[in-house]
Amino acid sequence: MRTARYCFIRVAVLLATTFATMALAEVVVLRNATVHTQGSRGTLERASVVIDDGRIVSIGTNLPVPPGARILDLAGKVVTPGLFGGIGTVGVVEISLEPSTVDSALRMGKMYPEFDLSLAYNPDSSNVGVARADGIAFAVLAPSARAGVAGQPGSSIVAGLGAVVSLAEKMAHPPSVLVVDLGSDVNALSGGSRAAEFMLLKRALTEARAPRSRGTNEDSMLTPAGHKTLAEFLKQKKPFVFAIDRAADIRQLIAFAKREGIRAFIQGGAEAWRVAEELKRAGIPVIVNPFEDLPESFDEIGASLQNAARLHQAGVTIAFSLNESSPHRMRRLRHAAGNAVANGLPWAVALDAITRVPAQLFDVGKEFGSIETGRVANLVVWSGDPFEVSTLPERMWLNGVPQSLRSRQTELRDRYLERNKDDSRR
Amino acid sequence: MSHLSFATTLTAFALAAFVHGTASGVSPADPYPSTYRVPVSLPTMIRNATVLDGLGLRMDNADLLIEDGKIKALGKALPNQAGARVIDAKGRWVTPGLIDVHSHNGVFATPDTAGNQDGNETTSPTTANVWVEHGVWPQDPAFGAALAGGITSLQILPGSGNLIGGRSVVLKNVPAVTYQSMKFPGAQQGLKMACGENPKRNYGGRQQFPRTRMGNVAGFRAQWTEAGEYLRDWKRYDETLQKGGKTAEDAKPPKRDLRMETLASALRGDILVHVHCYRSDEMAVMLDMAREFGFQIASFEHATEAYKIAGLLAQHKVCASMWADWWGAKMEVYDGIPENIAMVDAARGGCAIVHSDDPNDIQRLNQEAGKAMARGRAAGFDIAPEHAILWLTANPARSLGILDKTGTLTPGKMADLVIWNQNPFSVYAHADQVFIDGNLQYDRAAPAIRPRSDFLLGQPAIENGERK
Repeated sequence: MRTARYCFIRVAVLLATTFATMALAEVVVLRNATVHTQGSRGTLERASVVIDDGRIVSIGTNLPVPPGARILDLAGKVVTPGLFGGIGTVGVVEISLEPSTVDSALRMGKMYPEFDLSLAYNPDSSNVGVARADGIAFAVLAPSARAGVAGQPGSSIVAGLGAVVSLAEKMAHPPSVLVVDLGSDVNALSGGSRAAEFMLLKRALTEARAPRSRGTNEDSMLTPAGHKTLAEFLKQKKPFVFAIDRAADIRQLIAFAKREGIRAFIQGGAEAWRVAEELKRAGIPVIVNPFEDLPESFDEIGASLQNAARLHQAGVTIAFSLNESSPHRMRRLRHAAGNAVANGLPWAVALDAITRVPAQLFDVGKEFGSIETGRVANLVVWSGDPFEVSTLPERMWLNGVPQSLRSRQTELRDRYLERNKDDSRR
Repeated sequence: MSHLSFATTLTAFALAAFVHGTASGVSPADPYPSTYRVPVSLPTMIRNATVLDGLGLRMDNADLLIEDGKIKALGKALPNQAGARVIDAKGRWVTPGLIDVHSHNGVFATPDTAGNQDGNETTSPTTANVWVEHGVWPQDPAFGAALAGGITSLQILPGSGNLIGGRSVVLKNVPAVTYQSMKFPGAQQGLKMACGENPKRNYGGRQQFPRTRMGNVAGFRAQWTEAGEYLRDWKRYDETLQKGGKTAEDAKPPKRDLRMETLASALRGDILVHVHCYRSDEMAVMLDMAREFGFQIASFEHATEAYKIAGLLAQHKVCASMWADWWGAKMEVYDGIPENIAMVDAARGGCAIVHSDDPNDIQRLNQEAGKAMARGRAAGFDIAPEHAILWLTANPARSLGILDKTGTLTPGKMADLVIWNQNPFSVYAHADQVFIDGNLQYDRAAPAIRPRSDFLLGQPAIENGERK
């Protein structure tokens, strides 16, 4: 789907970023930090990162300080790549219960795999600013067929195209994943039975494999554009993200993906730990919500705080996302990662699950998810362990540009801190 | 600080009872009484713990003795107690059991099926006659999950779909077959009211009253007016009887009205009022309304804009029950900020409470408080763990009227407490052991001492009926 239009936009955005960086051109040395590169350098203690003109030029200990550099002594504070915010609706939902501000679900009655949610992305949304101010660098925009907070489900289990979004850029990346909702939450969209979810998917894929006949076809599920989109996903093995929880459904999905030859990611996967061996064999990664431990539906009877740890132990690749349609809780994802650690997941694996792994899964590993020499700086300085609830971000670079950590919320805070002072004087 | 304010709140309730008189028929004895019994338990000595007592003090290397279900002693190097089970809590922390003032466990139970929707009687905007306890399903697995997070008591509230949702109930978080055997002995019931978008969306959407915030307030005032009249009728009846010469029948007792019984009880201070309200301006309207009709608001629930009126809330001795970082779901929640809790707390006499309103977050109220502490510190407030623990213990106990029974580690109170594996305000903290009335109800290291809901028993998806 990398159309000419997209390429033009990307170039324009990159140029704009370059000019911004040039205006701020300086050399910054982050010194005396614990640097979790999540890349080739691993974790370095008492290390430095040198950023020249927005680009990381060296990482290591005892580095020479370039002349004229601004030196920031971090006194052992923690540096990580900018974090992943999960799969969700940042910038496409302003207020969950206000339909005029919600663009995340399509209700046009048919299956539109070509529905491209990235076109609705608003970088000025307050939740983009709030997420960025908490160290989040990138996320995956995903349409959802499930009933959100607003209680309005989409009209097809094939929710549409998802795309990576950098929280420092004005436009989302070109769409790169197809989001499909499965399970009891959406069985109303398949005539009341989850069995028909696979029936509908099978039919759509079969259509996409056949050459598209000219003109309109009354019997076809897909529009010409939908046909083209699905065919491309099949041909190029682009990933389908399946939101699915029940172990039995996951087994069906594994078999379905194998039969159809599609590349599958699982999102949610409350009972995935029960199918860990099969997932490992099939090479299907699971994007887990580490908070999920209640049987909130009959699809999630086996939900467990140890889901992530057990999947990892079995050798399944994991990343993290909250599974809420609300974009307002993205900053909780790093705490969710901490909870996975508290329940048995190695710390470094948990950090990978909100940095390197999702960046690689969503094919932006060269921009996000790790700190490497030669790359544009995408990193965060934390007051301590980024998983800790007591930790806050202190500095952040995105696309090589130092970011303000202020948001609409800090404006409100400061206004009322000041007013409350006046109150107590009266 | 909390004790002073609590005393004042008690005075306010006593005053309400005085103003509104004794009206004999208004608050009859509970026909659904608590059958909770404190189980017999061994005396327990917890040694060498870091203790946050819920009164604002931190004690390192402290000992705590539990006897007959009560806290018997708290101090350094307590003498050995013959026959006591001894727990070495070196490196671990002890706090009062956590109290969530805002839960729907058991009424919006898990699994979230159609058959389990028992929290919102949205067939009329004012249903003061419904009692949430009559919908509580004790087998909701969310109770056990909350226990693993250190929750020892919780208030179950009706939802916020109605202006007046009905009566709440305070429960001890013990595994039980009937809700009566969870019912916190001696705790008052609450009244749930809701401002703002929810009631007006619910009814306005059906072209019914109320459709606006104006309608909401008119709806409240009509109910409170009627409740005042109901109370007056009962007082007249009592006066007639007191004059003598008439039988109870001749004195014409007012017709019993279950809606009015609830509201009149709230006017008398027998039922504590909890108001779901987000916006600061609406909370100010509710404070005026409380004065207009003569009732005291115990706490504003959610109160995402409480930080804008922190001084006003403190002045009215009203607690605010808040989330650490929730915002944005509705127009009225747009201005929620993560410093809300700390800013309410910072006002002189402010009463900040961390609440969940959620079967997931109730498992991690300690972490929610930890987030609020961090944001508060970054905003310039000095918040120590021994202070922040009040947001989860003494302050919720105060707003539920049970501070004389639980919420602090004061000798003589119920031995409701948690042994944490470390500082509880950490993402890595676990409740190792949870005691309710001195009885070990949860032990992270002993699968036999962890709750197993009937619902999960025999489900192949989990092992031994244990949610983990």
